[in-house]
Amino acid sequence: MLTLYGAQLTSRLLLGTAHYSSPECLRLAVEASGAEIVTVSLRRESARARTGQGFWGLIEELGCRVLPNTAGCRTAKEAIATAKMARELFGTTWIKLEVIANDDTLQPDLFGLVEAATVLTEEGFEVLPYTTEDLSAAERLVAAGCAVLMPWAAPIGSARGLINKTALKTLRAYFPDIPLIIDAGIGTPSHAAEAMEMGYDAVLLNTAVAKAGDPVKMAEAFAKAVAAGRLAFEAGLIEPRDMASPSTPVAGTPFFKIDHAS
Amino acid sequence: MKVLLNGEPFATDAKNLDELCARLGFAEAKIATAVNGSFVAAASRETTPLTDADEIEIVAPRQGG
Repeated sequence: MLTLYGAQLTSRLLLGTAHYSSPECLRLAVEASGAEIVTVSLRRESARARTGQGFWGLIEELGCRVLPNTAGCRTAKEAIATAKMARELFGTTWIKLEVIANDDTLQPDLFGLVEAATVLTEEGFEVLPYTTEDLSAAERLVAAGCAVLMPWAAPIGSARGLINKTALKTLRAYFPDIPLIIDAGIGTPSHAAEAMEMGYDAVLLNTAVAKAGDPVKMAEAFAKAVAAGRLAFEAGLIEPRDMASPSTPVAGTPFFKIDHAS
Repeated sequence: MKVLLNGEPFATDAKNLDELCARLGFAEAKIATAVNGSFVAAASRETTPLTDADEIEIVAPRQGG
């Protein structure tokens, strides 16, 4: 059982809601993923198109807990104002806090992130910061009051998988009691399984499912990979070694002779 | 007066933010608002006067990752 800010969850897969070919495809993919949390955003609403009103109806039908993000915010001030709009709009104190530093890498601005996390925590938000694998930033975020951390695996939408495994292992070892969710850069179910085998608590992804040839089937594949990875972590993985070690018992091998001549 | 509504120039004589939202057909809509970079709660829209060159954001739920 995964606990995030007091919420108990069975699924360790969090799913984004963007890039699906249709609302029906999104609905079926969320269902197949078993996700109990879906990420959402907020955008300017046109008086004519009223796009957001229809989308909200769909989200309500899904019956999932929503995790609004502050995607696209470039400063702490923008992220704080966006988080407050999201809190009112979605009726949740949870916020996936994003402060973006660079358009090409979409990497988090760690300074702005800590600044915004500090303010938002003081104002009663439960902050899930989209961060990097940087240990010092993680320490600052925890000191700011974040009870969950969401380090990236790789840049958003890149499908590169766990680029810096060493640092991610360090982060896991350093924060044994803080829920850590790998957020962004996951491309394949094996990436997700690997993160879970390393002891990460959950995985958040979007593009790898939404842009798959068959998003519904891929959602199921990710659900199985995340569950398998978690099971493997709980079971305890063996350590890799350089030399072979026979799996079949050596004792009693037929035709075996000790060379007495030497 | 001319304001900037969601990044676009917009002429209005709405006295406050609540009136502007209603005129746009958002009275019952799922929206959130900000003026000049700061969040304005739904309950405070009526007491938020609009002045020339105000930058107004009206947002709604949307897909996100």
